[in-house]
Amino acid sequence: MRTLAGIARELIGLFVDDGMLAVAIIAVIVIAAIVASLTPGTTAGVVLLAGSLAVLFANVLAVPR
Amino acid sequence: MTWATSAPAISAAFLGSLVEAIEALTIVLAVATVRGWRPAGLGAAAGLASLALIVAVLGPLLDRVPLHLLQLVIGVLLLLFGMRWLRKAILRAAGVVPLHDEAAAFAAGTVELSEHRSRLDWLAGLASFKAVLLEGLEVVFIVIAVGSGRGLLLPASAGALAACGLIAIAGLVLRRPLARVPENTLKFAVGVMLSAFGVFWTGEGLGVAWPGADLAIIGFAALFLLVAALAAVAVRRPLEVAP
Repeated sequence: MRTLAGIARELIGLFVDDGMLAVAIIAVIVIAAIVASLTPGTTAGVVLLAGSLAVLFANVLAVPR
Repeated sequence: MTWATSAPAISAAFLGSLVEAIEALTIVLAVATVRGWRPAGLGAAAGLASLALIVAVLGPLLDRVPLHLLQLVIGVLLLLFGMRWLRKAILRAAGVVPLHDEAAAFAAGTVELSEHRSRLDWLAGLASFKAVLLEGLEVVFIVIAVGSGRGLLLPASAGALAACGLIAIAGLVLRRPLARVPENTLKFAVGVMLSAFGVFWTGEGLGVAWPGADLAIIGFAALFLLVAALAAVAVRRPLEVAP
């Protein structure tokens, strides 16, 4: 049972390491989804790409050194 | 299917699987060194069999999921997975967190197993099983992520199998962890590629018509590489105020 719980924990860890990064990525995706439903074309794609890059940069800079 | 569309999937699956295979091999070799090849081999074989079962059961279900939903789910998971790797690789490249040392992991694994000599060999086999299963699941996820949705599962699987085969042969020949493989460089490259694929698939799932279609992935990868390199430099050299 403990082994299964450990495997489950490690599986979740594949996708979520830093909680703030995961939450920020999901937030960007939700915003992009809202934009996609309101405006057709590539606007949602620009939001998604720029948001992901900004989230990555900001998250790395926020790590205490 | 053209080389231009399948090459990014093959290389992403190959490089990503290379990293995972090295990590699994390190643990299997540590088990084999301390407790012998029997528990290590049996554990690894059981892990591979479990993986094959998971793929055989879940693989056919992929065809039944609507394409846009599949692209969205895979894209979101890929963004989470890829950016997690990339973040860690940036911090390691910048020296903020220590580099992952396979030789040290090998030594730690052998010490841990040596401390439990009185226990049964199946514990050693379990360590081998868990390593192969977990790292293997990451390989399966990478293959599905970069290959599904565009009919590239076969090329992606070929890339992953080539990587795992290469590492298995190298491990058997060297009988030592592949500590000289620049793991962080590989993780940096794979993180960039997986993040680029993640943005592409998530966008496709949301109905975005990317300019240049699949070729947009190359542009995304270039942008992720640029931002990641800038972030590594920014973290490595913080602004210092003169006294």
